[in-house]
Amino acid sequence: MKINQISVFLENKEGRIYEVCELLGAHDINIDALNIAESEGFGVLRMIVNKPKAAMAALKEKGFSANQTDILAVEVEDRPGGLADVLRVISTNQLNVEYMYGFTLRKSDRALMVFRFDDPEKAAKTLQANQIRIIRGSDIQES
Amino acid sequence: MIWNEKLECMDLENMKNLLSERLRKIVSFVDKNCPLYHERFKKTGVSTDDIKTIDDIRKLPFTTKLDMRDSYPFGLFSTPSTGLSEIHISSGTTGNPTVVGYTKDDLKLWGEVVARALCCAGAKPKDRIQIAYGYGLFTGGLGLHYGAMELGLTIIPTSSGQTKRQLKIMQDFKPRILACTPSYALYMADEAGEIGIDPRESSWEIGVFGAEPWSESMRSEIESTWNMLATDIYGLSEIIGPGVSQECTHKDGLHVFWDVFYPEVICPETGEPVKDGEPGELVITTLTKQGIPLIRYRTRDIVSMTHEPCKCGRTSPRVSRILGRTDDMIIVRGINVFPSQIEHVLLGIEGTEPHYQLIIDRDKGQLDKVEIHVEVNEEIFSDEIKKLRQLEETIKREIESVLSIGVKVKLVEPRTIARSEGKAKRVIDKRTL
Repeated sequence: MKINQISVFLENKEGRIYEVCELLGAHDINIDALNIAESEGFGVLRMIVNKPKAAMAALKEKGFSANQTDILAVEVEDRPGGLADVLRVISTNQLNVEYMYGFTLRKSDRALMVFRFDDPEKAAKTLQANQIRIIRGSDIQES
Repeated sequence: MIWNEKLECMDLENMKNLLSERLRKIVSFVDKNCPLYHERFKKTGVSTDDIKTIDDIRKLPFTTKLDMRDSYPFGLFSTPSTGLSEIHISSGTTGNPTVVGYTKDDLKLWGEVVARALCCAGAKPKDRIQIAYGYGLFTGGLGLHYGAMELGLTIIPTSSGQTKRQLKIMQDFKPRILACTPSYALYMADEAGEIGIDPRESSWEIGVFGAEPWSESMRSEIESTWNMLATDIYGLSEIIGPGVSQECTHKDGLHVFWDVFYPEVICPETGEPVKDGEPGELVITTLTKQGIPLIRYRTRDIVSMTHEPCKCGRTSPRVSRILGRTDDMIIVRGINVFPSQIEHVLLGIEGTEPHYQLIIDRDKGQLDKVEIHVEVNEEIFSDEIKKLRQLEETIKREIESVLSIGVKVKLVEPRTIARSEGKAKRVIDKRTL
């Protein structure tokens, strides 16, 4: 159910994102989704990749501070109000979202949203009970 | 084991007699053989007859680093240079370098005190020791070498640097003891991880770490990373090099080998002694050295001292690890700042390893700015910006409350702060005054 997201600490310096992407490319790792959160002076690069284990090993070898988090990727209907339907379920069930971002998968014609919940287990159960489809990690990632 | 039980465990009355006798001897010796000291005693109005017991040491004038530089190269020596067996010269980045010299007996003394130090740390004859202090003009390598030889260890003199080779030698020859700077021990752990060596499986059981100030948290990091006992050795080339004092396995202060290096702790401003337990500048008199004996040498290291007996049985006074330096104090907007204060704050914030750097600059408005760079390691990294900002805020707030000046905190990527293989650079002062 859960998808493994990799986050990397980066200083706001020229070329750092490029270096990470190039590193993963050199290790034949594909990035499915990418999001950057920034603060003054530093940022966090969050990615969903097809080979999380290999990506972590490559990043650590290069001395990056990186960690892995469980996130949920949720299908959203591609029409006005589609995202609102999902957020309604999240809101009425008081699921706490730390952050979210959108992404696409080649196989799917639907919109996808990544959610970082503080309690992913509980969130997964609630969303499924409300007929919201969650992408399985095994569909897009090597274990 | 205790290397020299007779002297290291001597009862205080006998020790006082011995110290008094040795002080009288050394004062007469320098008065007779070193014109600089002779003049200075005359100027201070103290005669050798005034020195009867060890307590009279306070009548004697101090010797400073400046005296050593001004008397370059041999002005403070009490033995003519032809009588010296070895000379060490410091780099002297500011002004003249510092020169010290050893007679044959001084080298014997050096071996003796370092052998005592190694025993304090738990070494025993036939152990193998890897000496990764630099050999050469720096006193660390050769000092440990002489002591290890005296004690009867098997020495692997790797000197400093070539980290991968150090690790290979450790794996192949399984030394029980490692001697190097504490920051190099941590640096080697990083390197070991990178080449797939599990540091916890290392052969090193005992570390004899010194030549730079370090902290309790660095100790626990070294001990847990390498699965070894990490002990502190202290010394300075002016006195002898390593082997002035050393922690025993109880790790509760460094035993000063006071029958040869008599310690006092004074207030750096007034020169008056401070009470046991209070921080002050460590002052040392070499009681038996011949080449360049020093009277009341001001080390500029801030320590506190205790005369309480130690569980190990040694009767010598113990000094704390170095709490600061009288001369690495930085003045920022009129406030005295010691890098150790920053370290202390960072250690208090859970998970923060003390890889930091203090950058001081003066902006156009002529105001000093302090920026503290802290490396983000895996333990404190979070995918949530919120938590990283909180961390930044906490560090900023706590440092500001300790220093009483505003600072800027910047989180930086791991291993971006330069780690030298010797001493760590903690402060960068960009002000052009």
